[in-house]
Amino acid sequence: MITKIFGVVVVTAGILLSGFVYISEKNGGPFPLAFGLDLAGGTHLIYNADTAALDERERKESLIALREVIERRTNLFGVAEPLVQIEESSFVAETREDRLIVELPGVTNLSEAVRIIGETPLLDFRVEDSTAALDAAEEDRYVSVGLTGRFINSAELTFAGGGHSGGLSNDPVVLVNFNTEGSDLFEQITRDNVGKQIAIVLDGAVISAPVVREAIAGGTASISGGFTPEEARDLVRDLNFGALPVPIELISTQAIGPSLGKAILEEGAIAGAFGLMLIIIFMVVWYRLPGVVASLSLIFYIALMLLMMKLIPITLTAAGIAGLILSLGMAVDANVLIFERMKEELISGKGVKDSVKDGFTRAWLPIRDGNISSLIAAIILFWFGTSIIEGFALVFALGVLLSMFSAITITRVLLLAVAPKEVGKMSRALFGSGIKL
Amino acid sequence: MFVVHYKNIFLGIGVLLLAAAIGSIAFFGLRYSIDFTGGTLLEISYTQERPSQENVQSKVENLALGSFSVRASGEDGYIIRTRDLNQNELDAVTELLTFEENIVSMDRVTTIGPSLGNELGRKALFALLALSFVIVFYVAYVFRRVSKPVPSIYYGLIVVLALLHDIIIPTGFFAIMGYYFGAEIDTLFVVALLAILGYSVNDTIVVFDRIRENIASNIERNVKEEFEITVGKSLRQTYLRSINTSITTAIALLALFFLGAGVTENFALVLLVGVVAGTYSSLFLAAPLLVLLQKKIFKG
Repeated sequence: MITKIFGVVVVTAGILLSGFVYISEKNGGPFPLAFGLDLAGGTHLIYNADTAALDERERKESLIALREVIERRTNLFGVAEPLVQIEESSFVAETREDRLIVELPGVTNLSEAVRIIGETPLLDFRVEDSTAALDAAEEDRYVSVGLTGRFINSAELTFAGGGHSGGLSNDPVVLVNFNTEGSDLFEQITRDNVGKQIAIVLDGAVISAPVVREAIAGGTASISGGFTPEEARDLVRDLNFGALPVPIELISTQAIGPSLGKAILEEGAIAGAFGLMLIIIFMVVWYRLPGVVASLSLIFYIALMLLMMKLIPITLTAAGIAGLILSLGMAVDANVLIFERMKEELISGKGVKDSVKDGFTRAWLPIRDGNISSLIAAIILFWFGTSIIEGFALVFALGVLLSMFSAITITRVLLLAVAPKEVGKMSRALFGSGIKL
Repeated sequence: MFVVHYKNIFLGIGVLLLAAAIGSIAFFGLRYSIDFTGGTLLEISYTQERPSQENVQSKVENLALGSFSVRASGEDGYIIRTRDLNQNELDAVTELLTFEENIVSMDRVTTIGPSLGNELGRKALFALLALSFVIVFYVAYVFRRVSKPVPSIYYGLIVVLALLHDIIIPTGFFAIMGYYFGAEIDTLFVVALLAILGYSVNDTIVVFDRIRENIASNIERNVKEEFEITVGKSLRQTYLRSINTSITTAIALLALFFLGAGVTENFALVLLVGVVAGTYSSLFLAAPLLVLLQKKIFKG
């Protein structure tokens, strides 16, 4: 009796679970599935951050600053839920590189995306290099001293009119306010270089190179040098958004239009539904009643997978959909193992209930050992991970765990619930496909 | 069981298939996608009927971007592959490919720098090696109690031999696919190989597990049995499960191949070949190899 109650509980739970998954995916439901860029459309950019000249501490700080600046910038341009990450190239790469990964969902125009990031100014204060050749290019006559846009608090626009220069000129001047650390650095640099030139380099070009007359305390530098008022205004705006602490270079881009992803999703759903139906037909034809149980367990498994993907959440990608469909085929494996084992027990003359119980016990070891090897593969896949692969690896690993779970709990409870006490003609027909009892 | 009895035939078939796969890799070569070589891949479609391939080809040629390829994709689009383009070049391509009223839509634009491509290649190789390495020791550990007549480390080594078989065959298959249909080795292909590894090891372990159990039960019941017979019995007890699981997996993959999205078509195909190869290797290669090993080396 108790087994029957368990059976009813499991079926009810399965129905509730499926219902929740369905409702939560309808418009505005809680916990919608998260779709990756390849399904939702968007832009994926990978930049190389040039940190070669920095020591370890500076490198870390600069990368954090870089991430913050780019994040602020994408937010200001109204990109919903941008993802900005810093990643180090893997240890198998030829040289160590620091990378900035930017994902912009919904931005399907690549040039627009590149522009959003690309206009982040790179500001660097450099001092005269006395060892440089006289005929060196202007940029090469100065050396970096580590005072970059990272130390800028804010910028403002003024006009050097009237009083200062005495003329009628109305040259725009950009005032840069350093943060505390930057102020100290600036003061020290100016003190050490009195009488020398300090170049202000914006995006690789020297804007101006005034001669330092005395140490400058207070943490404000002024940049003037032939801006038009518009250029000056844009520079102030961009500096206030944040300036790049290190130069970045675009090394990989991917822009995906919205139509492609939608098709992938729809086709994936159809393929999944069809695959599921065929697997169920196969299982029921081959294993009869246990096949029906395995099919219920499989549906339970799908609902559980979707639920976990919603709750964790795991971002669904095209590769993830493929992994999900593949897992449908593999998820019944544990059931198949158990059923084959159960048949052997039936053949040896045990009752149906005992056969079910012993079948489970004996099948557990190969299920466990085999699935652990699949999990090892998933972990290595995840490590291998570009974002495409990580999506697949997560689905694969989750699939292994949940299919194991659904086989040893749900299939078991349901089988015990439907197993008859006596081995009669009926139970032979229902359980014993392909065997003579 | 007949598999053990005719093991030389089954091993022979496996070796022949392997040789054929290696031969086709050597003969046809492998085509690597921009994931590995770096470059730009444009997937475009048109609002109206797509212009002819020659037309698109000559347009791209005008830009003098170096070598490139154009192939039809779906019903209204093309896939164009070039060296890695910068933003200005991309804009120029977009502009050129619009034919007056017939507006081009850039469905997917992917550019991968060469350094990133190189790194992916290394990573892929490393992942395959790392997985094989971990698996040998995992299997040796799982079967540590089985040391007679064949030491457990050999179980691990045989699993890896089976693995090699299972990834060389789909790769050989892909070399042929690449030669005739332009299929390219990309990130998803590597994912498929790693998934095949997971599947195949699982499959082989189930067979070995049965051998382990039968040996243990023989010892317990004090029954002396030829190793060959134990292996044959174990195979007979597991082959239905192996075949049924590969059938359900194949059903899922066939659905993915025929009904699923274009991006995962080749992925499904590689996996399908791999799953068949994996099932073959665990039933017809791994277990017979174990018997062969015992007969030749661990006779005592």
